[in-house]
Amino acid sequence: MSSLSNAVVVCLLIGAAWLLRHLWHDRYWRESGLQLWRRRPLALITLAVFLGIGLMDSIGWVGGGGGEDDEVAALRSRTLIDRLFQPERFTEASYSAPLAAVSFYGGQPLKYPGSHLLGTDILGRDVVYRALKGIRVALLIGGFTSLIVIPIALLFGVSAGYFGKRIDDAVFFVMTVLASVPSLLLLIALVMVMGRGTVQVCIALGITGWVHFCRIARGETLKLREAEFVDAARALGVSDRRIIWRHILPNIAHLIIITFALSFTGLVLAETILSYLGIGVDGSWGQMIDQARNELSRTPIVWWNLTGASVGLFALVLAVNMIADALRDIIDPRTRREGQ
Amino acid sequence: MAAYLIRRLGYGLMTVLGVLLLLFVLFFTVTDPDDIARKAVGERARPEVYAQWKKNHGYDRPLLVNRAYAASDRRRYTDTLLFDHYRRMLSFDFGNSDADDSSISRRLKEGMGPSLSLTVPLFVFGLVLGVLLALFVAFFRETYIDRAALVVCMLTMSIAGLLYIISGQYLIGMLLKWFPISGFAFEPWLAARFLALPLLVGIVSGMGADVRLYRTIFVEEINRDYVRTARAKGCGEARVMLAHVLRNALIPILTNIVITIPFLFTGALLLESFFGIPGLGSLTVEAIHGNDFSTLRTMVYLGALLFIAGQILTDISYALADPRVRLS
Repeated sequence: MSSLSNAVVVCLLIGAAWLLRHLWHDRYWRESGLQLWRRRPLALITLAVFLGIGLMDSIGWVGGGGGEDDEVAALRSRTLIDRLFQPERFTEASYSAPLAAVSFYGGQPLKYPGSHLLGTDILGRDVVYRALKGIRVALLIGGFTSLIVIPIALLFGVSAGYFGKRIDDAVFFVMTVLASVPSLLLLIALVMVMGRGTVQVCIALGITGWVHFCRIARGETLKLREAEFVDAARALGVSDRRIIWRHILPNIAHLIIITFALSFTGLVLAETILSYLGIGVDGSWGQMIDQARNELSRTPIVWWNLTGASVGLFALVLAVNMIADALRDIIDPRTRREGQ
Repeated sequence: MAAYLIRRLGYGLMTVLGVLLLLFVLFFTVTDPDDIARKAVGERARPEVYAQWKKNHGYDRPLLVNRAYAASDRRRYTDTLLFDHYRRMLSFDFGNSDADDSSISRRLKEGMGPSLSLTVPLFVFGLVLGVLLALFVAFFRETYIDRAALVVCMLTMSIAGLLYIISGQYLIGMLLKWFPISGFAFEPWLAARFLALPLLVGIVSGMGADVRLYRTIFVEEINRDYVRTARAKGCGEARVMLAHVLRNALIPILTNIVITIPFLFTGALLLESFFGIPGLGSLTVEAIHGNDFSTLRTMVYLGALLFIAGQILTDISYALADPRVRLS
């Protein structure tokens, strides 16, 4: 498992580097990017920190760096975050308040007094550690799912829009059918029939999210197909494949990026609902919130679990929402706000 | 118009058949009747019990072709799961629950009242409040009020629905004790007390996205030429907003609203189950926890049906208003 995760991280980093280099050489994208940086520096930094932690939590290897006293842990691959926190040792018996020196119920001295920044949960696990682990899960749900789904949606959407006729009819029908089922119900049905689990939830989110991208790709391609520069390319004898690759895809890229940013937050928030229903992803913020939902009624109140998860969720969703909003203003002239 | 109507209804019917096919693939092949039966009677049940359960719930037939009949017999294709699935769903005969054998149609009828008593006020109050707030914000466009409102919208949009419910129950139900935390009653006055908190939470959690959307629509309308004409003939700004902008903006707002009607039906899922309202949302949540596939299938089908009907109605009203749609 760890070697696969490491390989994916390396591929993603190489892909991102290639993409950034490519975009940097294009004047339009470079200027849009700089404008985004000027308008939303905080959101971009937050996102970068989250991405960094997510990557640190994806690179892991077996052995070394503590945990040898526990035989099971010694054989398991441990990520950078695991090595930083040593979760096998860094636990208490049960609840402890943030930075407390004694346990929450009973008042026995803690193993690590004053070192749990956000306290510990009912099983004595450090809340900061669990909240940080949630970052990788959230990025996986929101980002990785979309990254896999977008190329498939583009393939169907663009070919439907470009070639029309039978292909369009078929793709459009499938889209209509999938879009007719309210997405939350479809999501629940998919997870229920495929069984619970991280991969299943990601596939279900992919199937429900696919339609959105496909519809936008198809709609834009339909418009672009009639554009003069496409006519000109066709008149010059350029092949269909090259027209799609060089003339259509670059012209719908901005819409796909905006849709990606918007769907990211939708996916992360949808997972919290699935977690509440008991069919979510293991280790997600949604699960933390779900487990903590009755803790507010304890006396004295246990608030740090809920806080840890919700602050993480809120920060990520807000950062992506802010970026999406600014991106839409910058690259999509039609929705540009009044006076800007 | 008649030709357009027939074409649109025909496509709607095709979509319904497509949804049913999707449901068949999901509920009969991805998870097959054997899985469902095993989950219902338990892993170690005797084979007779298992077979009897499948027979009682109509899962004992083959999927596509029933080889027990001769090739010329019509029942070779009609006495199958696929045909039965279509026949029962299209005639609204939903059968019994996989979990407790109760009649699904009866439970749907029972759940309809509580569900609608939550979603209809939620829809109406949410719409009116959202439009009024957006109108207010659009009136002060390009000022600090507008900026502040957009920031607040963005902040409230980024909070998970689950958190709104948990904090609403804690703050208003537990600390302030204004309303009961959860429960339901069928007498109107008691029900109003129980519904107040879920309504409040539901309206607040949806407000950010709504106000932002309506504001965009209003600002778009304000930039139209007819607004300039209205101002030129001497209308006051309040009259421009209420008599001209609001009326014209209602069309795009309503089209957005019609599409959300079926989502209200599913959106109440969280609210209902958290606040103990025995509606259709709670029924769905129970079905998930109890591996009740037949109820789940029915809910998905009904949700899709409502959505398709809503879209057909939107399209027809468009066609009535705009002759170009009919002819294309």
